[in-house]
Parts: sequence; C-alpha cells; structure tokens
Amino acid sequence: MPKFYFEDFAPGWTAAYGPRRVTREEMIGFAAQYDPQPMHLDEEAARHTMLGGLGASGWHTCAIMMKMIADNLLLDAASMGAPGIEEVRWLKPVRPGDSLTVRGSVVGTRASQSKPDRGFVTFRWEVFNDRDEKVMTLICPQMLLRRHAGAA
Amino acid sequence: MRYFEDLNVGDHMALGTHTFSAEDIKSFAALYDPQPFHMDEAAAAQSHFGALCASGWHTIAAWMRLRVLYGQREDAERRARGEVLAKLGPSPGFRELKWLKPVYAGDTITYASEIAEKRISNSRPGWGLVFARNTGTNQKGELVMSFIGSGFVERRPGAS
Repeated sequence: MPKFYFEDFAPGWTAAYGPRRVTREEMIGFAAQYDPQPMHLDEEAARHTMLGGLGASGWHTCAIMMKMIADNLLLDAASMGAPGIEEVRWLKPVRPGDSLTVRGSVVGTRASQSKPDRGFVTFRWEVFNDRDEKVMTLICPQMLLRRHAGAA
Repeated sequence: MRYFEDLNVGDHMALGTHTFSAEDIKSFAALYDPQPFHMDEAAAAQSHFGALCASGWHTIAAWMRLRVLYGQREDAERRARGEVLAKLGPSPGFRELKWLKPVYAGDTITYASEIAEKRISNSRPGWGLVFARNTGTNQKGELVMSFIGSGFVERRPGAS
C-alpha cells in the first residue's frame, strides 16, 4: 500500500535526495542514444561550444532527477503520473563526475474538479551540483490518489 | 544549422517516427522512471492507464534523438552545397510540456517541430534564441505530447 497520498502534501513540505554521482560513461551513453550532439558526446568538440567542455544532455539531467524522485518518493506514493511540466530551466552544465542533489518543495495543491478520487500537487524541484551551484529547476504538477476518495 | 536570421516563425520540420516496444519502455523506465505502469504489464493493467505505457521522459527523449538526426541531415546537405553552417548552442530550458495521452507499447509516434518565436539574446552577443513548438502524434492521429523548447542559434556574422 502507498504511504503517501494527495492529502499528505501542502506548502511547507520539503525534501532533499542524493547525492547521485553522474559518470562520464553514462553521460556519453545517454547522449549517444537520445541526444547525439558533440557538446554531450566528445570532450574536444565540446570545448569549442558554448558549454566550454563536455556537459550532460539536459534531458539526461531530467531523467536522473526523475529516478531520484521515483526511488525516494513516488514509489511510496499513490502516484498517477504527471500531466506535464510547467517549466524547466537548465542553468549550468552538468559535468562528468558531478554529484547531484535534488531539493523539492510544494508550490500548491488542488483536488481534481472532475474526478473525486485524485488531486494535483505542484512541486518545485531544484538540482544542485557538489559546488552548490543550481544546475536545473523544474515546476511540475503530480497527480496523486486521494486517501479517501471524494472526502473533503 | 541555418543562421538565426535565416530561421522564420512557422518553419516546420517533419522529424520522423519512433515505435515504442514493450522492451524499450521497460528498460528506459528501469533506468530513469521505475513507476509500476512503466515497468510491468500486469501492474499497468491495474492502473488508470490500463496497459503498459512509456515514461513521458522517454517520449521526449525519442523526440530529441529525431530532432538531432534531422539537424545532422540538414547540415550534411548544406555542407555538400558548400554553405557555411551556423553553430547551435545548448538550450536554456523549455515550458508548457503536456503529456496529453499515454504512449502504449506498440504505438508509433510521429514527431514534428515548428518555430514559434525568435529573439536576439540579451546576454550573449552573437547569438539568438529560437523557440519551437514540438509535438508527437500517435498512429490514430491523437496529439500525445507537446512542449515549447528553446535553443541558442548563432547569428550571421556582421548581422545587426
């Protein structure tokens, strides 16, 4: 049974997960499969790009963050997935060997108007590297079952 | 890549298709999004999705791959014609991502990208920012995902 339902989240809720080290091999492996641009694949070519050196695909950073949130929260929650993402900002490159920490907070919650068994919790997630630089922010509504469907 | 000045709002790119196999859905999910409805047919059948479906991040990763390959084909054609290629920078982010319908095992998604907005970068001289509406449509013609992506594109040298 899930430990966390819609009702368990409200503004003031915070969490921190990690650190999670990102290796050069997995950065290049993800890029080769999903984002084969030189700035994500090849150190020498990346030096001549705006990133100034090898940097992870932003989608890889999203995917790593997703796994950390799933392992630490969603697999224990009555998660019904997310209808989308309001906004992602890629603020700094993620470099080979960086250890990422994820910090989360709740922006707001609302019960579904049309479906009494569920509600939406909007989270703000921030990803930091081990130099305490913010590398990514994400604002995402998460759909969760209510503990007692239809209860006020 | 074309220079910033040569890109126009409304420019449309048909990026191609990707078919999601059950094996691919599960292996992406195991690495990045191990929720039961992305990992296991029986658990997915019990969920509100009703059947195994791809992580939303997987549906976008497949878009990204096709977008990069499209750009590489375009660059190869320009190079063959002797044209100078503009540099493509990284993306500062995206917004308004909507996962509108589940992508189920066996679905074939057709991806497209259309330039929605462009402006000169305030912070980086010599660069512009281009915003595109990116979409995926399934074999039934239903829009399954869309988002507004962005990226830095080099300005034509000497452009004012």
